[in-house]
Parts: sequence; structure tokens; C-alpha cells
Amino acid sequence: MKTLHGIAASRGIAIGPVFQFHRVELNVERQTVTEPAAEWARFRAALKEASAQLEGIYQKAKAESGGDQAAIFEAHLMMLDDPELLDGVQRAIEQNSINAEAALNEVAGSFAASLESLDDEYLRARAADVRDVSARVLRILLGVAESPTEGLVEPSIIVATDLTPSDTVLLDKKYVLGFCTAQGGATSHSAILARGLGLPAVVGAGSEVAALPDDTVAVLDGTCGDVLIQPDRKTRARYAERQSLAATLLAEARSKAHEPAVTQDGQRVEVVANIGNVAGAQAALAEGAEGVGLLRTEFLYLERSNLPDEEEQYAAYQAIASAFGKLPVVLRTLDVGGDKELPYLNYGTAPEANPFLGMRAIRLCLAHSDLFKPQIRAALRAGVGTNLKMMFPMVATVSEVRAARAVVEECCAELKTEGASFAPDIEIGIMVEIPSAAVMADQLAKEVDFFSIGTNDLSQYTMAADRTNAQIAPLASGFQPAVLRLIQRVIEAAHYEGKWVGLCGELAGEPLAIPILLGLGLDEFSMNPPAIPIAKQIIRSVRLDAAQDAARTALQCESDGEIQRMVRERFPAACIG
Amino acid sequence: MDEIRLTIQHNVGLHARPAALLVKAAKQFQSDITIAHGDRTANAKSILQVLGLGVNRGAQIVIRAEGSDSGAALSSLRELVESNFGGVE
Repeated sequence: MKTLHGIAASRGIAIGPVFQFHRVELNVERQTVTEPAAEWARFRAALKEASAQLEGIYQKAKAESGGDQAAIFEAHLMMLDDPELLDGVQRAIEQNSINAEAALNEVAGSFAASLESLDDEYLRARAADVRDVSARVLRILLGVAESPTEGLVEPSIIVATDLTPSDTVLLDKKYVLGFCTAQGGATSHSAILARGLGLPAVVGAGSEVAALPDDTVAVLDGTCGDVLIQPDRKTRARYAERQSLAATLLAEARSKAHEPAVTQDGQRVEVVANIGNVAGAQAALAEGAEGVGLLRTEFLYLERSNLPDEEEQYAAYQAIASAFGKLPVVLRTLDVGGDKELPYLNYGTAPEANPFLGMRAIRLCLAHSDLFKPQIRAALRAGVGTNLKMMFPMVATVSEVRAARAVVEECCAELKTEGASFAPDIEIGIMVEIPSAAVMADQLAKEVDFFSIGTNDLSQYTMAADRTNAQIAPLASGFQPAVLRLIQRVIEAAHYEGKWVGLCGELAGEPLAIPILLGLGLDEFSMNPPAIPIAKQIIRSVRLDAAQDAARTALQCESDGEIQRMVRERFPAACIG
Repeated sequence: MDEIRLTIQHNVGLHARPAALLVKAAKQFQSDITIAHGDRTANAKSILQVLGLGVNRGAQIVIRAEGSDSGAALSSLRELVESNFGGVE
């Protein structure tokens, strides 16, 4: 048995024979033609045929996996009809008297090369689309059949150097257990398509996979990114068990999405949603959210040319909070600055050298009451008859909390004078996402009604690692022992003061983190709505004492990997998929 | 020749769906339409050239149109960009 490591691109496990997907090599020779006009007509005919093929694939993708995947082929259709591409090919044929194949190959190749030269992962990936479209036309011109799937007659793990969108759509899904590619990253087409189809995928597993003979038995673990070649019987059985456990878990999770999350020994925790607009409220309720742990309010401020006034904000907050009835909805006050700028705010500030450590969130709001007060007033008013709570982002010091609370009191006094209806006793909390706040949690806990830990920022500030930088992203993981120790400190400090703690970073919905967070005593798990049913089901599978034991062990671990391994061993249900 | 200057506010910049929508809109008109970004210029009816501009969020572009329906073309493209591409993801 041999294990190869790649990038976990789409959750799930596949066990079965390998099928090598070999694309037919297209040999394009440059030839001189005597009748360029006829050559151009031949090219036009091939285009027409390619466009008919793509139209068919587009319809198939739309029916099989929905809008996102189909959009890729819509883009292909546009490329096929691109005036610059067509002009280029026509010029090459007519002026250089060369064959259509060579003309297309050269013109499309230069477009692909110019996209590849750009400093943007998305655009570089579009170069593959250009080559894919041009290969389709070339196959028609050369009379080469498109059947790299000949011989695929039983359910298999599809292995390739890399897969193009049309490859993945061509495959007969009843014979596809999962995808494994030698190249590609988590945002490659193969990865996106696999997630859309709900099939496991490992990408970037190295050239060795492309050399595996057909029918080699393998285990593909799309959750961990491992590919096990010729696993022994015991290993195979272990994965088969995980596979069936995951299937059961998923089915149960869906059927019990609207039931509470209670551990095996009776501890109930709240599972709530992160949402960013009014539509998100409905999606969250549909997935079984028991409230909102993070209502991002930026949606009201971004992509417009002026500040939203108090009335507009009130209407939005009121609509969202009342959609949840008596369930809690935690509104986070404006978190802009950093990477999110409001172009219409003109505070005459110079550009910042390091905006992530700059004038953002609560810092900006405290400096500009014209920005802060309408939001606070709107929230106080929307608290009437609802269970709305409010929290401040990016708090670093106790004095900031006091200053923010003073603004709230000022707003309450104004509303009272005006005779407006508002909720004076609205619960007030803070986001704990700056290491200083975690370290000072004991003092901060006295100043607030609750904490919500923002692990995305807390991890990157604690580790001094930008999580959008692929080279160092693992450093910014919430599984780092240093981050978990801060989380533990925050929860303990809050509970000592009788306050509750939520967590609204990606970690809350991460299956392997859930047992540890439970063990650390977290009261509320807030996540993107689609993650809710599974998270509830994992909580139901865990005993609190076992979780507490795992949390103690985790705090003594040396690395994030060690912690994840430990959880995988102790909580099979958390290895879902 | 008429021209307008616009800032791309969309999250993904002038890529993906926004780029496709802009090219589709440009193709509705007879006029020759170009988009300039920095020192590069693209035919607005060519998805490949528009993507190749590499316009990210917050960048300024200049759209120029020449032809019988240039006024209508520019106002339609302005509306598309300013509505933030109708809110597509």
C-alpha cells in the first residue's frame, strides 16, 4: 500500500478501480493552402458544429449540476463567437495562406498565453477555457473523435493530469466515484465541478497518479486529501466503514435539520447562522438555524454612493429580526476599512500602509459618530418585539467597549426624548478577534453581555499569517494550538462572569473542530447555513465528557495536524465525508 | 468619439459574469466600442480581450464608442456598470 498526498478539493470517500482519462493528443501541422476562402469556410463550418456540441453540453450541465457549472459553458460559447478570435483566424488564413488548424492553434494559443501571464488565479484558469474551446474546434477540423472515456464501463475513480470542464461533463456520472488529478488547486475546474456534483475529489496529487495502471484499486479521501494505492483489506474496510457512516450521518442530518443539537449526555448548544442580508434569513431558517450568530451589516453600506440612513437600516434590521421571531439575532455593527472600503466616506484620511492593522471597524465608528449613531439607533429601535442583540467588531481594549457603550446610552437618551419606541435593555457583546481582546477577556467579560469569537481574524492576527496567501494559509488555521488556547481562555473568562460565548468564524462549522469547541464549553456555534444540519448531527453524536477530554488533549498538542489526527481517531462522526 | 469613465465596484472585478454581461451588452450595438484600462485597450465585444485587461475591483476604466448608436451604447453600458451588473454574483 502506498499513500499519496494531494489537496482535499471535495469532501467524501471513493473506493474503487482507477480509470485513466487520456485526452486524445491533437497534432496540428502548419500547411500552406491554395484556396484560403475555402479554408475559411471549412473553419466556419467547424465553428458551427462546435457551437452545437457546446450548446448540448451546456444544457446537460444545467440539468445535472445547476447554474454555476453551466455558466462555464456559456462562457465557452461566447469565446467561440469572439470577434477578435475570429478576425485573427481569418487574417491568418487569408494573409498567410495557412490551414485553419494552424491558424486557430496560433491565435487561440496567443490569447491563452496572454491570460496566463496575468497576475490573477481566476484569469490564469480562463486560459484553460480558451485551450479547451480551441481543442474542441480542432478535433472537429481534424476529424478526431472525442471519446477519452471509451472503456469506462464500471464505477471508477477518474484519474487525469488535469480535467477541463468539458471533460468532466462528458463523463457518464454513473461510472464516476470521484476525481483525482495530478495538477490543479482547490479552485480548479475539477474541484469546483466535483463539489457541484457532490463527488469526492483530490487535486494536485502529483505526477505519480497519472502513471497508475487502469484498474488499480485505490481509496480517494477527498476530506483529507489522501490517495491510498492498493490499500490492504483492513484499510479498505476502515474507509468503507467511514463511507457508510458518512452516508448515514448525512441522511440523518438532513432529516433532523430542524431539531435541536443535544449531545449524547444531554447538553444542548445553539446552532445559528452567519448571514449577510435579508435573503440570507430565509436560507438560514430553511437549514434549521436557531437564530443568527452573526448578522453582517455591510450589505447596507457597500456598492452604493451614499450612507444608508437610519430609516433604511431600521427597516432591514426589523425585517431580519422579526423573520426569526423569538430566536436571537446578533447584529454586528459596521465592519469596514481593511479590505472593505466605502468610497463615499470622505474623512480625509491618507491611504494606509497596512489597512488590516488600520482604521477599521469599531475604530472608524468611534471616530465618526455620523457613521455610528444612525446604525445604533436603528438597531435599538429594531430590538422592539424581537430578540435582537448587538456586538462591536475589532475590539482591542476595555476603553473601546466603554466608549461604544457610551454611544449606545447617548442614542437611548435621544430616542427617549424623541418619544420613540426602542429596546433599552438590548444585549451588547463584542467580537473577540484581536489577540489583545482574548488576553484581556477577564476584564472585557465584565463590560459585556456576551462574546463572539471571530476565529478567522483571531487566527491570522495570532499567527501573523494572511489566510488568503496560499503559501502560509495553513499557519493561519484555527486548529493551531495557540489559537485554541486563546479560545479556551476567552470561554473560561466569560463563564466566570456568567456570560455566554459564541463563535462565528469558519471553525464553528468545521466538523473536526466541533468536538473540541464543545469540550471547551462553547455555548453557540454560528456558521454558514448549509453547514448547519451536519454540525447539529456531529454534536448529537458526541458525549460531552469525551469532548472535554479531547479539548484537554488538544490544548497540550504541538501542532494543528496532531490535533486533527486526534479528533479523527476519537470521533469518527466528525470525519464525515 | 464619445467616452465615459467608470469605476468597477463588483467584488470579482471585470471577470466572470460581469465580463460576460458587459460583452453581451456591447454586442447589442453597431458602434465600435473599446474599453481602456491603464495602457491596454480591448474590443468590448471580445470576451477574450476584456478578460485579458485584468480589471480588478476598484479599477477605473474608460469606455469609448464610435458609430451611429454610440450614445445609446454608452448609456446602456454605464447603467450596467453602475447597477453593479444587476447584482450578479
